[in-house]
Parts: sequence; C-alpha cells; structure tokens
Amino acid sequence: MKVSYNWIKQYLDLEVPADELAEKIERTAVEVDSVKFPAEGMKKVVVGEVVAMEDHPDSDHLHICQVEIGEDEPTQIVCGAPNVHVGAKVITALSGSRIGNNVKIKKSKMRGIPSNGMLCSLDEMGLDKDLVPDEWADGIYLFPEDTQVGQPVFPYLGMDDAIIDLDVTPNRGDMLSILGTVHELAAIYDLTPKISKVELIENATTPTNKQINVLADSDLASTFSARVINNVKVTSSPAWLQKILWKSGIKPINTVVDATNYIMLKYGQPINAFDMDRMNGQNMSVRYATKDEKILLENEAEIELTNDDIVIADEVPMALAGVMNGKVVSVDNDTSNIVLGAGVFDPIKVRKSAQRHGLHTESSQRFERGIDISSVNTALDEVASLIVELSDGEVAKGIIEATKLDKPENKINITVQRINHVLGTDLSQTEITSIFNRLGFKVVENESDMTVIVPLRRWDIFVAADLLEEVARIYGYDNLATTLPVGKQTIGSLSSAQRIIRSSRNILEGLGLTQAISYALTTEEKAQMFLMRPSELTRLIWPMTSDREALRMNLISGLLDDIAYNNAHKVQNVALYEQGRVFYKDTKDQVKPTEVEHIAGVISGEILTSNWDESAVAADFYQLKGIVGRYLNNLSINGEIKYVATDELKEMHPGRTAKILIHDHEVGFIGQIHPKIAKQFKIKPTYAFELNLQALIDLPKADNQYAPISKYPSIKRDIAIVVDDSVTNQQIIDIITKRGGKLLSNIELFDVYNGENVDDGKKSLAYSLTYVNHNDTLKDEDVTNAFDKIKKYLIEELNAEIR
Amino acid sequence: MTLREDLTAIKDQGLSDISLTNDLKKLNEIRVNLLGKKGPITSALRGIRDLPVEQRPEVGSYANEIRDALSTAIENKKQVLEDAALNEQLANEKIDVTLPADHTLQGQPHVIQQIIDQVVDLFLGMGYQILNGPEIEEDHYNFEMMNLPKDHPARDMQDTFYLSDDILMRTQTSPMQARTLETHNFEEGPLKMISPGVVYRRDTDDPTHSHQFHQIEGLVIDKNITMTDLKGTLLTMTHEIFGDKFDIRLRPSYFPFTEPSVEVDVTCFNCMGKGCDVCKHTGWIEVLGAGMVHPNVLNMAGVDPEVYGGFAFGIGPDRFAMLKYGVSDIRDFYLDDIRFLNQFSKRG
Repeated sequence: MKVSYNWIKQYLDLEVPADELAEKIERTAVEVDSVKFPAEGMKKVVVGEVVAMEDHPDSDHLHICQVEIGEDEPTQIVCGAPNVHVGAKVITALSGSRIGNNVKIKKSKMRGIPSNGMLCSLDEMGLDKDLVPDEWADGIYLFPEDTQVGQPVFPYLGMDDAIIDLDVTPNRGDMLSILGTVHELAAIYDLTPKISKVELIENATTPTNKQINVLADSDLASTFSARVINNVKVTSSPAWLQKILWKSGIKPINTVVDATNYIMLKYGQPINAFDMDRMNGQNMSVRYATKDEKILLENEAEIELTNDDIVIADEVPMALAGVMNGKVVSVDNDTSNIVLGAGVFDPIKVRKSAQRHGLHTESSQRFERGIDISSVNTALDEVASLIVELSDGEVAKGIIEATKLDKPENKINITVQRINHVLGTDLSQTEITSIFNRLGFKVVENESDMTVIVPLRRWDIFVAADLLEEVARIYGYDNLATTLPVGKQTIGSLSSAQRIIRSSRNILEGLGLTQAISYALTTEEKAQMFLMRPSELTRLIWPMTSDREALRMNLISGLLDDIAYNNAHKVQNVALYEQGRVFYKDTKDQVKPTEVEHIAGVISGEILTSNWDESAVAADFYQLKGIVGRYLNNLSINGEIKYVATDELKEMHPGRTAKILIHDHEVGFIGQIHPKIAKQFKIKPTYAFELNLQALIDLPKADNQYAPISKYPSIKRDIAIVVDDSVTNQQIIDIITKRGGKLLSNIELFDVYNGENVDDGKKSLAYSLTYVNHNDTLKDEDVTNAFDKIKKYLIEELNAEIR
Repeated sequence: MTLREDLTAIKDQGLSDISLTNDLKKLNEIRVNLLGKKGPITSALRGIRDLPVEQRPEVGSYANEIRDALSTAIENKKQVLEDAALNEQLANEKIDVTLPADHTLQGQPHVIQQIIDQVVDLFLGMGYQILNGPEIEEDHYNFEMMNLPKDHPARDMQDTFYLSDDILMRTQTSPMQARTLETHNFEEGPLKMISPGVVYRRDTDDPTHSHQFHQIEGLVIDKNITMTDLKGTLLTMTHEIFGDKFDIRLRPSYFPFTEPSVEVDVTCFNCMGKGCDVCKHTGWIEVLGAGMVHPNVLNMAGVDPEVYGGFAFGIGPDRFAMLKYGVSDIRDFYLDDIRFLNQFSKRG
C-alpha cells in the first residue's frame, strides 16, 4: 500500500521526517518496502506559460514557443507536443535542470533553432506511464489556468510528498487504508486523529427504492448497501484528485471512477459504480454465477465464470464481485445516472475467484484481508457526496441495505499478570490501559481482570494473545529485557542415530570427501537409477519443471550431476559425499513414501594431483574401497564386512561393482559408474558407493573395541601361492581364516602378480600372516603346524601351488 | 732397550698415528694393531715374565697406563671423527622448506552444514533436544495444526509441492512443533527442542529463491516462558553464529502459529549498522521469524494454553550462510562446485 504522507497529515498533526516515520512504522506495525520522495534529485523545473508560438520552419510538428517563466523576458523552447498552445501553463524544465530518471536538460539547438529547455510530459517527470491519465498520455501536461507562473512545479504535481510503501501482513488488512494507517500512527505517536463525517444531501426527485431493487445472498455478502445518483456530468477529475491517485499507484479515469478509488484508498472499502441506464432492468443482485455465464471485464478480458464466483448482476453479471467491474455497465463520460454498491464479500470466495482468474486487484486484495464492517455505509455516503461535488447530480433519498451484519465489538478479558507473565514485562494497569486507549480500545477494569473492547476496524484482534501483541509492539520490542529460560534442568544430547550420522560425515571428510548437498527433486529417470531395492516412483502432482518432478530414490545421481557441473567448468578432480534421504514406495497406491537415510560418495579424476615431489593418484575402485572400508570400520559395526561382485545394477560397470554385505545384510554397493551412464551425464570415469545409512545405524555395534596387546612377541610367516585367475582374494582369505587356528591374528595381502614366471590364466598372491599367543611364548613348531594346515587346505580346495 | 723404553716408544708411535689419522676405519685398525692380542703392548707385557720379580709391578702398571692413554686417545679421536661425519651428513641433507607440500586430500562439511552444526551445538549446550522430522508431511501437521486451516490466506505465502491432496513436501520445519507438542510429557519437564532439516517450496529458482532450502525450528514450552526469554535466546544465538558485535532487533510481523509474531533483524554485516545499500540504509538485515506460540497451536496439540506457553523461532541456515559469507546467489549452495565448497575450510 503506497501511502502519501501529505494525505496522512490531513488527519494527524505529524511533523516527523518521513524516513523516521517509516522506521517507526517498521518497528511498531508493519514492514516498509520503501520511502520515496518523488521530487528527489530534480531541480529548476517551473511553471511556465506559453505566451507566443510559431511553427518550426524545418519541421512538420515542432513549435517554437516563447515561455514566460516569471523572469524579465520569456525564454525560447522548441516543443513537439501536439497539445501545446498559446496560453498553456506548462511544466518547464530550464537549462541546467534535472527531471525524472535523472535526465539533465541543457541549452541546445533543435534543427537549427535554439531551445533553452524543455516542456515536459508527466512521464518525463518520473511518473509511471501506466498511471498517466489518458488526456495527458500523448502530450505535455497542462496546469489549471490559475496556476502561478515561475513557481517550482513540484507542489502542483503532488511531488512535494513522501510515499511510504507499506508491506501489509495478511492480518493487518486494516492498514490497507489511509484511515487505518492514521489510526495506527495515532496509537504509535499518542495523537488524536481528526476524522470528520460528511453531510450527505439527498435531493433527487425519485427515492432510491423506486429506482432499483437490490437483493443479496448473505452467505456471499454479509453486508451490501446501494445508492443511486441522478444527472451526473462525468468529466476528468480535478488535479488534486488525479495527483492523490497517481501517487497511490492508481490511474485517474474520470470523476466517478476516481471518486470510488479515492474512497477505497481512504476507507479500505472498494465501491462498485454502474451506469444505471445501461443495466438490464431495475433489479440488482449479489449471487453465485452459473457455469454458462461469461463477463467482459473492464480490462477488456472476457472470462468464463464458475459456480463458485460471486457476481453482482442485473439479468446478466455486471461485475465479478470483489474483483473487477464489467465493461458494459462501466461509467464513462456519457453516463448520467449511476448505481453505487458497497459491501463485504466473503474473503475466501473472493480470494479463490482472484486466483482462479489470475486477477489480483486492489479490490480483491482488500476483500481477502477484511473490510471494516462498521464503515460500509459511511464510505458509501462519502463517495456519493464526493461524486456530487465533482460531477454535480442529485443523490436519491435512502440507502438500500440488501444485507446487513450487526456485528458487536469484540470484548476480551485479560489480566495485568497474564500480560506481564507472557511478555516478561513489569507493566502496571495504568500503563496497559494507556496503551489500549492509544489504540482506540476501551478498557473496563473489573475486580480481578479487565475487559478490553476492540473497535470493529480492528477485526484481527479476537483472543487474548492478540492483545498481548498490541501491548508488546506499542510498548516497544526494544524495551523488552533479554533473559534466558529458567526452569527444570534438561539434558541436551544427540541421539545415537544423530551421533552416527554426524560421525559418518566427519569420518568421510577425514578421508578426503567434501560434503555435497544436491536436490531431492529430480527427473523421473534419475530418480530411479542406482536402485538398492524395488520401489515405485513418487511424483509431484503439479511440478514446476520436468527437471524437478520426482523424488530421488538414490543419492548417486545427484552427485553425478555435481560432477557434471564441475567437469563442465573444467574441474576434473572431484571427491564428494552426500548424506540425506531417499524416498521409497512399496506399492503404487502408497501415497506417502518411506524416507530412508542414505550416504553416498563419488570420486572422479585424480584423488591426489601430481606435484614436484609425488606423482598423481588416479581415482579407482580400490581407492574408493579403501575409503568405504575405513568408514565402515570406524562405525564399529558388529559383523563381517564382505564385498561380493555383482552385475545386477545396470547403471554400474558389470565387472567392477560389488555389493557390500555386513553380517550377510546387504547395506549398499560400490563400483565404477557404467561408461554409458558416465557418457550420459557427460562425466569422466567415476567411482561411487551408496550405503543405506539407516541400516548402518540400526546394525548392532561392537561396544568393546579394545583387546589387550600381547606381552609375548608375535611371529610373521609369508606365503606366496599361485591360483587360477578366477579365484578371488575373498576365497583365499576365507580358507586362511577358517583353517588358520586361534593363534592367527592378522592376514595381509602384500603382492598380486601375474606376469613372467606365472602361467597364463593364473596369478600369484602373497600374504603375510601374523601369529600371536596372548598367554605364552609362541613356539616355532606350533606356528609351523598351523601354517602347514593352511597350505594343505589351500592346495586341496583351490588347487593352489605354494611357492 | 729396556722394556720400559720399548713401551714408551710404542706409546709415542701410537699417539702419533692416532692424531694423524682422519678415517674411522683406519682408526679402528690402529686400535686393533695397538691394543689387540697380537699388538705390541700385549707382546711387551709377555716380556714381564723375564724381569726380576721386584720390577714386575712397576713395569706392569706402566704398561697399563700406556694402554689406557692410547685407548682414551682413540675414543676421543673417534668422537671427533664421528661428529665431523654427522655434520657433513646433516649439511648434505639440507632441504628447501619453502617447497609446497599439500599433497593430501581434505574434505569439509558443506557451509550450510557448518551453520546447522554450530546452531545445534549451541542449543545442545543449553539443554535442547535435537529432533529430525519427516520431509514428506501431512497437510494436517504442515498447515492445519500450525493454525493454517484450508483457505487461510497465509497459505499463499508458501507455495507447496503436493504428492496428493493431503500429502506434501513440507514447506517449513514448523510441523515438528505440533508433532513434539503432541508427544511431549510435560510432567517430565519443559519441552526444549530444535529441529533442523530440508524444506521445499514451489518457487522458481533464482538468486534469492530456491525450491529446496534448510530451516531450523526452535521451540520452548514450559509454565514460565516469556518473550524476554525469546529475545535473550535469539541474541545468544546471534552472538554465537555471527559474533558479539552483532545486535538484534524485533519487529512486529505475522505468522499464523505465533502471537505475538516478530521478524528478527541482525546488525547489517556490510556496514555494521551504519547504513548501506545492502540494508537499504536501515543498518539492519532481516534474518528470522519468531514469536510466542499461538494458543490455538497448543490447544490443537492437547496442551493447555492457560498453563503452558512459550516461544518458537525459525532460522534459515541458507540465509545465514549467505549473510555471513557474502554469498549472493542461493543456488550456489546446491551446485556443489568444488571451487565453491572448498572455500569454507577455515573453521578455527
């Protein structure tokens, strides 16, 4: 809501600077979007009078004007506006002046003729083109004849003002009006507003109820009143009214339309004005539209109505109620009899109509946020009076009240203790009463509490908590002390799941992966990649874009998007992890997906880059397996971790992917992204893992990680064996572990070889076995026996050749 | 020559050889030659048997004296030679300590995670629980229990991604207020919780809007919680995240689930309150919303608003990170550009 400070001053004796006022409003009532001074930066623009004019010899449209500017001699200005004429009082930007949009005006020659300035249009003075009245749209602005020549133009254009743009919150609909804002400022500054009621003279020959019949459905319009004015002469509005409208962001049209808009701004009460002679018959009603009805609106758009739209209709809809008038019955310069309607339409229905038809108007905004039901008739009377003042005519006798809601003022009981208890203040009854009185609320002090009577113009106040806010903001949030809650001691600690999630992040970061956060919403295709379990896809019912239409069921695809972004920006070495949720659905009918915590990581390019000292280390399967292995080990999950080769994941390399099993539970997978998928994402070869973090959280943990270190020395034995290529390390480890005996404490693979001296189809693996006895000195023969047993089974079960 | 004279000659020759050698190996040879079993002293000592008994002690002790003198001379010389060798080795081992050495991979938390962890740790210390709610919510918790019935105009403030008529991507972490209020046993003490998480809005991504961002909800409910407690708690948090030089101010605002509702501003980061373009010359930057929990919210969750009350607040870690580090485009947080992420590694 754009509020003119000068308009406010008509009702309040306020002298504070506009900036200061704005800050006060922001701290006490609603946010202020901006404070604008329309004349800021402009200078040397005065009222001039064209005293002589001749055509430019070398132009078909330019005129050479002699403009009287209150100095000894008129000054010469060349002007091309079609409406310039001798005697016109014009906006004269002198040489050295500055006009709208920071344009400087200098002496110049126009086709050889010297011009000492410029005659300006309204938009050249900084007014938005959409707000310029039609009569001034194609030329320069002409002042009323009695305007004094030589004076700065700013006051005459309403530019000696400050426009405070309020960002009114949904609850403060009362501040979508000048009077509401005046009441608010009166409370803030403890002033008494000067608001007077007009005396309406009803002097038409025929009373209102003989000219029209009005019906309204009280569910649609709890209050609806109408008036008639006869014999008006519609013209364009006087300057004072045009100025106040364009400052408020509304384009001036004609005296009747402008009067309704003026009253809407002043009271927050939108008013309908119809040309009575263009109505079909005398009956006017507020009713639901029907599905087959249409209406051509003032903005020239024809819309199809629905059963849920409210209309003001004669035989056919004349207006989409609360939103916009129809074109057919709109008031123009030919109108002589008008019907005025003012009411309170159902806020939800108006809001839905506005949404449905994409018509968010000044009017709909006000109905949505509420109307002061106590001032409907006041506003209607004042608009009638103003129209007569501007356009002559006679007001018909009587107001027709088709519906009228008699709403009592809200009475809320509250205690001083309650206010202080919630706000943490120490206010007295006197201080509290004074705050309520400043707001215009009456206070009745009872024996044990007080009753606060809230005027109808503050329909947002209806429970005690609302009163607390009023006290707090008028008292001033700056005046509140700062304390911390006191009470029974509570323990703040992370849950075990939160602890594991946090350590998971820390461990992976320690292992060199940087945390990524990507989007949970993705394409249908990406959402369904890298699936760790069967699941239906979860789609949005109304997505914004096809990029973000489904919920992810894996984290890797998001990380691949991240790599793609990095690769596209010439960053080749990427090591990222992400911890977040994936969304599964067991059946198509399941509406709410199950959320499962996952953790995933990717490495691409080089893990370590080369430098003067060391060579680069490229990302590969084993690098990533090392990271995952350490991570899982750090989580100290009870149970053996196994990697089982798999070719089941179609987005992964079939020969370079393993399922990860803990205690035979599948918890995730690791491997190389399938080259086809890498190509699709436009990324370099990439290795990835994804784990069901929830499963890792749920699996039992090894509480006791400690084993005493043996006092006795250990013995190491190395063994090199040649086996078929198809034999896996895991198979060998399994045999060694199974047959190793209780002295065997560690197995370490230290060489894999398949070159010279090893037959084709075979490979050589070398392990170092460590034997420890915790209770006694190790005997060489005991180790030899245990070692020989391993050899025997490796030969037997794997056909291994021991070297 | 007498045996004594022989010994004197061995000594003089030996000391001369020791002092002339510059080689540890040769020094060892000298030691073996002089002091070994086949050495001249040993053989000289064998000659003692040929001496008269009364002379034997005197010559014997003279021989020992000479052996000790030579042995000491060798040890001293050895030490000198070893020191020289070590010094030479050290001199050869000198390196250029200014050569770069960053050949290790380092990962770091996402900058938004850093903000969340900082807030979480602060509130853990103040005895708050940390609760994680569902990202897919019911309309019931996301809106209705937050005093936002269907058709409430404030629903327009939060455009929503729906999965069905009743199931949606949560638009705020506030539903965790209703969820915890429903389950908390107030006989066990006050409810103090924060709930960090991801939220979603049906917004077009641009420098200041993201369809996915983060929130941290805070809620304290007990018998004697005041608005000054809210102000103090938020000031404490501001000091923790931004530093002690930052102040806060409260302004009236509107949220359906709090009354009074406030918008909280923090001293402008750019001008430290002097007024600049960033803060529209107010000296303040809006950072979060808060208020005293609306009695309707308590009532709907089965908590008696006559007995219990308290405050709630909602923090935007994305916005905090943007302000704290001067990030001008929220989308940067979700691109995961390594060059962006790795800048936030200084966490002293």
